[in-house]
Amino acid sequence: MHWLDDGIVLGVRKHGEANAILELMTREHGRHLGLVRGGAGSRMRPLLQPGNSLRAIWRARLDDQLGSYTVEGLNLRAGALLTSSHAVYAVTHLAALARLLPERDPHDVVYDSLESILNSLDDPATAAAHVVHFEMQMLAELGFGLDLMSCAATGQTDDLVYVSPKSGRAVSREAGEEWRDRLLALPAFLAEDQHGAPSGVDIGRGFALTGFFLSRYVLEPRNLGFPDARAHFIAAISRVLPNAA
Amino acid sequence: MPKAVAGPEIERLIQLLARLPGLGPRSARRAALHLIKKREQLMAPLTDALDTARERIVICKACGNIDTQDPCTVCVDPKRDPSVIVVVADVADLWALERANAVNARYHVLGGTLSPLDGVGPQDLSIDALVSRAHDPAVTEVILALNATVDGQTTAHYITDLLHNANVKVTRLAHGVPVGGELDYLDEGTLSAAMKQRTLI
Repeated sequence: MHWLDDGIVLGVRKHGEANAILELMTREHGRHLGLVRGGAGSRMRPLLQPGNSLRAIWRARLDDQLGSYTVEGLNLRAGALLTSSHAVYAVTHLAALARLLPERDPHDVVYDSLESILNSLDDPATAAAHVVHFEMQMLAELGFGLDLMSCAATGQTDDLVYVSPKSGRAVSREAGEEWRDRLLALPAFLAEDQHGAPSGVDIGRGFALTGFFLSRYVLEPRNLGFPDARAHFIAAISRVLPNAA
Repeated sequence: MPKAVAGPEIERLIQLLARLPGLGPRSARRAALHLIKKREQLMAPLTDALDTARERIVICKACGNIDTQDPCTVCVDPKRDPSVIVVVADVADLWALERANAVNARYHVLGGTLSPLDGVGPQDLSIDALVSRAHDPAVTEVILALNATVDGQTTAHYITDLLHNANVKVTRLAHGVPVGGELDYLDEGTLSAAMKQRTLI
């Protein structure tokens, strides 16, 4: 068995003294692990950093074996991200989210989103908005997608400012006024295509919204908590964008 | 299963030696044979040294270094600059910096780096002790000598955030071209970091 695919490094763990087990988010083969011979050595370590994009050839005798990877660097961006706190926390958080996906289950949209986000981590506000979008996408990929296109009560498509915590559907200002204390705030950058970076308040509302649904429908049933990196990422963002926390 | 060629005591010695880093079953067999051949000159002093080390080795309560005294030799050395703390992930890193004679300061060994994949969180590392040491008025600088990996630098940023209120300068090691490194063989990440952190000649 063998295949060739592009993948993003989610994590790497030493295996013995010289080898490493590499976890990639591949475009066509989903989250996939494999052994990299010599992966613990100094020549391979720069390649096997989370956030890097690689071209990988996976080989195994049988499909259900761990198999081994031969990798070549495509975009080794990890080195450039190391100096920025929000960028390293984002990489760690995105990898933890991607790890919620079942192994070897293709999610090409997740791969494409990861590739896009990792290429735009320079600006904290843009990075934060991308991470909120990615959390929404992960909810959708895991079967708990939010419907923010129209009001759950009236069907109207404008002035959507709330989200129902029960249904995950948007609610308009008018329809939700009576239950506003029980509804979650829907930031403008999630309700409509917004040009420019969102404000700190909107970023904070975005994280509160995705955090609520991730916690209730994804993490709690798996007996998991939020990865530490999420809180650190939000804290790093809030130093640049006040009120994001 | 291969036939045993020696008594159980020797087989056990070989099995234990094979657990050491860098040794496999074959090299462990060679090492065992060498020890047996040099029983008086090598095996007896090695056994004594291992026994002594096992009994006397302690972890320094101040910095986490391994030594036979607590506080360790580094912590009690009066010639070292007490105002600088060099933070390292492991004792191996401390030994590497000492070999290089790169800095005449005191150390703090974290015991690893934050790693979500391996389940290592802040509570598993000696971070609280570092924060408490950094608040000592005598300390003016904390150098984060951590690996240039995502895990290493995540740990560095985490510690930097925690030391925000301490009255210390927090610095980290430069990232760039290693001695003997040829540019066309370096990865893009290292080149990019080196270019960003270029210095005036």
